[in-house]
Amino acid sequence: MIRFAFLIIFICSAAWAVEPDEVLTNVEHETRARAISKNLRCLVCRNENIDSSNAGIAKDLRILVRDRIKEGDSNEEVIEFITDRYGEYVLLNPKMSFQNLLLWISGPLFLLLGGLISWRYAKHKGQDSTKELSEDEKTRLKEIMDD
Amino acid sequence: MIAELGHLAVIIAFMVAIVQSVVPMIGASKGYIGWMDAARPSAIIQFLLIFFAFIMLTISFVTSDFSVKLVASNSHSLKPLLYKISGVWGNHEGSMLLWILILAFYGALVAVFGKRLPIILKARVLSVQAMIGVAFIAFLLFTSNPFERLIFPPFDGKDLNPLLQDPGLAFHPPFLYFGYVGLSMTFSFAIAALIQGSVDAAWARWVRPWALLAWITLTIGIALGSWWAYYELGWGGWWFWDPVENASFMPWLIAVALLHSAIVVEKRETLKSWTVLLAILGFSFSLIGTFIVRSGVITSVHAFANDPERGVFILLILIIAIGGALTLYAFRANSLRSSAVFSPISRESGLILNNLLLVVSTIVVFIGTIWPLVAELILGRKLSVGAPFFEIAFTPFMVVLAIFLPLGAILPWKRAQILRAGSPLIGALSLSVAIGLLIWSLQTGGRILAPIGLALSAWVILGSLTDLLMRCRMIDIGFSAGLRRLINLTRADWGKTFAHIGLGLTIFGISAITAWETEDIRVAKIGEEFEVSGYTFIFEDVSKINGKNYTSDMGTINAFKNNKLVAILKPEKRFYPVQRMPTTEAGINSSLKRDLYIALGDFQDNGWTIRTYVKPYAVWIWIGCLIMAFGGLLSMTDRRLRFASTIRLKQK
Repeated sequence: MIRFAFLIIFICSAAWAVEPDEVLTNVEHETRARAISKNLRCLVCRNENIDSSNAGIAKDLRILVRDRIKEGDSNEEVIEFITDRYGEYVLLNPKMSFQNLLLWISGPLFLLLGGLISWRYAKHKGQDSTKELSEDEKTRLKEIMDD
Repeated sequence: MIAELGHLAVIIAFMVAIVQSVVPMIGASKGYIGWMDAARPSAIIQFLLIFFAFIMLTISFVTSDFSVKLVASNSHSLKPLLYKISGVWGNHEGSMLLWILILAFYGALVAVFGKRLPIILKARVLSVQAMIGVAFIAFLLFTSNPFERLIFPPFDGKDLNPLLQDPGLAFHPPFLYFGYVGLSMTFSFAIAALIQGSVDAAWARWVRPWALLAWITLTIGIALGSWWAYYELGWGGWWFWDPVENASFMPWLIAVALLHSAIVVEKRETLKSWTVLLAILGFSFSLIGTFIVRSGVITSVHAFANDPERGVFILLILIIAIGGALTLYAFRANSLRSSAVFSPISRESGLILNNLLLVVSTIVVFIGTIWPLVAELILGRKLSVGAPFFEIAFTPFMVVLAIFLPLGAILPWKRAQILRAGSPLIGALSLSVAIGLLIWSLQTGGRILAPIGLALSAWVILGSLTDLLMRCRMIDIGFSAGLRRLINLTRADWGKTFAHIGLGLTIFGISAITAWETEDIRVAKIGEEFEVSGYTFIFEDVSKINGKNYTSDMGTINAFKNNKLVAILKPEKRFYPVQRMPTTEAGINSSLKRDLYIALGDFQDNGWTIRTYVKPYAVWIWIGCLIMAFGGLLSMTDRRLRFASTIRLKQK
């Protein structure tokens, strides 16, 4: 397994990220290609997108993305084209699907929950300060004052 | 012989740790002074034994004793001395020994400097610390023995992964472990407090220096790792949201929350049970991080140990430690109630908001990190969660945190009126908004991120300065009197100011580099001249260099601005023959205003692929981190917080 890990590093360092010959002459197309590439995963690397990855497959994918853009696909169509072939594993930004619901709503959900709890806590803490003295305390206070 | 001595020392340390975890604990509950006193010498002896073992392993590495399996598979006789030493922790077994060494070191620190700690508390703290020690020494001895010998030693070693042969990475793990493991100290204090069933201001004062020390070292460790990625990986990325990075980031976030909530316990004796919970969570995330890194369960480059046996062992430690601690918490937290009151608008509430945002953002990072695993195990789907997700899901919390920070920091304790307390900040607020608007109008069609990020950073920094100005009342009492008050402010106050300004500077660096970086990729011939965002670069030549254990193509590129030479950049493409691995060493010229960053690629079509980046204000990301850490250091050395707090408080 350790060998395997090193092999992956080797593959990923063997070539180079976006190469000059891949760059599209149409600036708008190239900007879109870069943006799309940043959201696609290099399949054989560790957590790396195809834009910065040096692996061969990343290069293939970069060229594929650019070919689709030249064909006139929209960004969504390009991503759909790639996911249809390589599966959702290729998406660094997972789809907002029902199954990924918990992933996507965890932040707002816990914020709401935690916010509610802390709000109640803070309110409770605040109320204590305005709480009136109990009868016992009042009598005791009177005793002290009378002394 | 040397390796065997080391091995023996670890075995004896294991037994000492067992004694240390049992005897003082029983002594504390039965009231046997002698049994409790056993904690002190055993903590020191345990540390000395592990230290001895660590030295033995280091000697094996430095003398290139290839009959030790670990040395043979991670070192090489030609490797520079620094990397022979850093090679000790550049692998699973050795780094585990370092982990245990630091754990024992913290125990010894408490034993030596904790003279003022109540004896019962100290006995329990050291006992819990030893329990963690027992678990990890067992892990080392039974699954990852660094002293294993080879029957047939090889002629030379297999060398250390070249990516790790770097000064930045040589010191990255020790700092990181100091932070990770430092949180074991606050964990032990939390468990001891739960056992004795009371938490008071004194407890918070004893815990805070440990939390600070852990947080400072973790900050430096993370910054070093990020800086390494920046110059080593060849395109200047500085944070990847890699599972291993997240593993160190989660304890960091919790440590920040803990530092702030401990202030509330110290000053106002409230939020007690929450602070104890944070102390438990902090170390829990350290353990989770260790599990993620060591088990290889979420594959990434750092996961050098993909051995299921080890993964299961750590999972077991994790379940017992976290499960045990939380169970204890569930039974005992009720005894930690506090009666202090405060209104919803007060410093207390501000710090609660800080904690809420930090903890929820940690949960987001945690769920994002383990989601691929969850999806595969439960949903049967293989998917990825990467940087784009975290940027969307995590960043908003930090933005909200930065918005509320100056206000929360200036609110008085107990109760406040938002308009009155906040009015001094009006200047800072309007100036920051003005800066944001100015940048927004100056950049034509650029990303919205720059104006927002820069306004936020200005707001945090100016807000902190306003706070400082208010504290010394310079406006009310005149400059010289104010200056005297300013000098006499406590170190804790200065620490707060520095830490917050550091955060502001880091936000500034991140926003600037993300919004304004320019990039140029081309095939350049020798002698070619090209221009990137106002700088003219001339590609002078490429020469072959022979390093000690690598060969290299080193390019020379001169950078000019307005026809004046401003930098000579020397990017390298190295090849390490032993591991047959190429690496890139970017040529970087740093200044406070911008980094010029060049990476050299392959030779093709009579030219070299050259990647040039101009990264505005990049260094501020790390300068900010260092200033944050410096603020922590100031706070830690505050007289009131010294390890052996001299302030006498009634000992419960």
